[in-house]
Amino acid sequence: MSKGGKKGKGEVEDRGAGEEAGTMKNRKIQVLKDLTKLGETIYHQLREGEFPWIEMPSRSISNIRYDDKLRQYVLGGRNVKRSARNIRHIRPFTQLVWAAYFVKELTRQNRTSTLRDVFYSAQAFDVNFIDQPESDSILTDLETVIGRAREEFNVFPEERSAIFGDLTIEYTVPGYEGKTLNLTSHPDGVMIGPALTSAEFKECRADKVIAIEKGALFTRFVEERVHERFKAILVQTAGQAPRATRALIRRLNRELKLPVIILTDGDPWGMHIAMVIVSGSANAAHLRELNTPDAKWAGVWATDIVEYKLPTDPLNDLDVKRLYELKKDPRYGSKLWRREIETFLKIRKKAEQEAFSRYGLTFIVDEYLPRKLEEVEEM
Amino acid sequence: MTEVFQEISPADFFYRNRDIAGFTNPARAMYTTVRELVENSLDACEMQRIPPNLYIRISEVKETSKSTSIYEVRVEDNGLGIPAEHIPSAFAQILYGSKYNLRQTRGTFGLGGKMALLYGQITTHTGTLVVSSTGKTEACEFQLMIDIQSNKPIILSKRDLKTRKWHGTIIQFQTEGDYLRAMPKILEYLKQTAIVAPYADITFIDPRGRLYRFLRATESMPPPPRTTKPHPHGVDAETLKRMIATTETRNMKEFMKKHFQRVGDATAKKFLEYADIDLKKDPKRLNPGEIVVLANAMKNYEGFLPPDPSCLSPIGVKLLETGIRKELNPEFVAVTQRQPSAYSGFPFIVEAGIAYGGEIPRLNKIQLYRYANKIPLLFDEASDVSWKVVNTLIDWRRYKIPTDGPIAVFIHICSTKIPYKTVGKEFIADRPEVEREILNALREVARELSAYLTRKQSLERQKKRLDVFLKYLPKIATYSTKLAEKEKEPEIEALLSKVGKYE
Repeated sequence: MSKGGKKGKGEVEDRGAGEEAGTMKNRKIQVLKDLTKLGETIYHQLREGEFPWIEMPSRSISNIRYDDKLRQYVLGGRNVKRSARNIRHIRPFTQLVWAAYFVKELTRQNRTSTLRDVFYSAQAFDVNFIDQPESDSILTDLETVIGRAREEFNVFPEERSAIFGDLTIEYTVPGYEGKTLNLTSHPDGVMIGPALTSAEFKECRADKVIAIEKGALFTRFVEERVHERFKAILVQTAGQAPRATRALIRRLNRELKLPVIILTDGDPWGMHIAMVIVSGSANAAHLRELNTPDAKWAGVWATDIVEYKLPTDPLNDLDVKRLYELKKDPRYGSKLWRREIETFLKIRKKAEQEAFSRYGLTFIVDEYLPRKLEEVEEM
Repeated sequence: MTEVFQEISPADFFYRNRDIAGFTNPARAMYTTVRELVENSLDACEMQRIPPNLYIRISEVKETSKSTSIYEVRVEDNGLGIPAEHIPSAFAQILYGSKYNLRQTRGTFGLGGKMALLYGQITTHTGTLVVSSTGKTEACEFQLMIDIQSNKPIILSKRDLKTRKWHGTIIQFQTEGDYLRAMPKILEYLKQTAIVAPYADITFIDPRGRLYRFLRATESMPPPPRTTKPHPHGVDAETLKRMIATTETRNMKEFMKKHFQRVGDATAKKFLEYADIDLKKDPKRLNPGEIVVLANAMKNYEGFLPPDPSCLSPIGVKLLETGIRKELNPEFVAVTQRQPSAYSGFPFIVEAGIAYGGEIPRLNKIQLYRYANKIPLLFDEASDVSWKVVNTLIDWRRYKIPTDGPIAVFIHICSTKIPYKTVGKEFIADRPEVEREILNALREVARELSAYLTRKQSLERQKKRLDVFLKYLPKIATYSTKLAEKEKEPEIEALLSKVGKYE
């Protein structure tokens, strides 16, 4: 890998797992430091008359493995070298250096941007991307090199999800510094965007987090005052949880020590939404601190379908195929997951969260949720 | 009814068979007229290694139909000229001339130019003005006509001109033709002639008053061809009979040595033993049967040395390249001349050239220029052996040469007898010996072009490569400096100079 004994030069430091960055402010300082360090590496290589190069972990499928300890996908030991000497590398290399400069400015000035925005901004700097997938891929490279999710250097996705609960946050975004907000202020929940993601947690009266796949159930929970009755912070993932939302759930779990339970539809897809919150995705194997290993999937389980005699739909071919895939997935190794997969395959049925309405609108909150919370505690 | 047998004169014969000589229609007649006269003039200059100055003018005299007119044709050259006493026969008697020995010249019959004059006389009923001088005496001006039935010149007038030191020939006469339809071929003919004769200065004024100039690019000229004795392989019974009739030798061995090229004591002896003919036999005492046997033996005997190529006058690689560059202005030219070879006792030399890029147009095929004894061949291209070689025998892909690129190929065959396929003399037969030589010549130049294109591609790649580094390295320097929060950007010139060295 690194040649000629130039130890460490051009290589990206791999920060140990577990080493959580502290508050948002400290995180920002660390991000700026990391970006500056990347610049210095390249700057010194050029000063010494060397074609600049960097090394980063390979993101090819063969280098992605499941880490039992971290309970998420991680990249293996194989590195790739990107060198400006290589005619095929020099363009993406240039784009990477520019992107690093661009996001550093964003972060320093507390501005945020989106992937689309980055694609267009490049044109102002005469660094062109053919299309957005090209610029997206460069940002993924930058994530890999720096070892941080792009949300940490202020590039956010378009997807939005929401949060509701008795948590007071303090903004760090320009114009709102020091302002606080209680997340029960708005009954639709507060959108999980850049401002919220970068906010500090001030005061929390909740003792758990409930992540909910669907907006309808989220709204029902707010109406039924679940946040008060169960002292819960409610997070609506709106389908597959965006990375910023996953990062926020992890912070709630790590910084506030809140247990996290997840409620999804009772089908392989809902099951996997929960799994990505717990163990992360293969796509983000180059990133840490997006998953919450202690989060628990509380339902709707296949066994719930049987137990509660829920109205169901039959599994279709795609559902069954997906179940067999999940069976082979190392993340689904534990007893609960295995039991549920087997049950799905046995009953060949699936049910949505709304299916509980056959027992009345409040059944899910009055009966199902308390029982589930108990079950989860025992796990 | 009894049939009337009537002897016809050569002039009469050619008049009746003018299609053979290329006077099929008014347009073709116009083209052939120009071509025959230009070739005669060039031959007259090259024989003495005089850089030719040719002046050709065609002017319309009167319209005779919608497409045809009577034109006055004038051709002037600075060749060696013709002595006054030979002028009438040289221009007004068919089959009279200096071209009946074995020497490479453009025309072979010595009748092409005269056919043009004859055709003019027939179509306009006027004579020909000829002025000529060898430079040794004063120039002489004749007004001539041909007596077609008796093949004799009629001298209408004759006068001496007070000129000194001028040598050359001027011919002026009227003829009927279709210039407009002949024009593209005439211009193409002159251009292609200028390619193989870059030492010629050619001026052409056409009936519309347009001036076409083909400037001389060099004074250097190929050595003139020498006259040689025939090679035994190339002689038939009829020729043998004539040679025997005029020989002064007294025995067969001497006859063979004296009248044939490259035959010495040993060869003559061995051959006559092979033919089973007594060495000491008087050639005049051979009976017709023996003459046929002798002729066949000459054809079949394999012990003769190959024919002497010194009677050939190839263009030469330098002149060919000069000509191609001057008329076509290509980006790259490669030319080659093959060693002399022979077919049926006739020596021949193949020269080939290939030109690429520059002002050569990009057609969807390779442009082919064919020459036989320095004459451009403009008709029936697809029947020619060169066309076969270029389009079917050479695998251009092997040379990585794109056949739809701007490419022109030149094939020149010079020989004492060009193996034309038909009497029209527009395309060359695919004799295996000739075909092989053309193929090998073309392979040589194709290899050179291939090497050039490869070199060029690699240079272009290198340039493209450098452009990429020129575009991106400064940006890396700029943004890494900003990212590292440094003041001064690092120098990248040293890196750029290294770029060419890595792949």
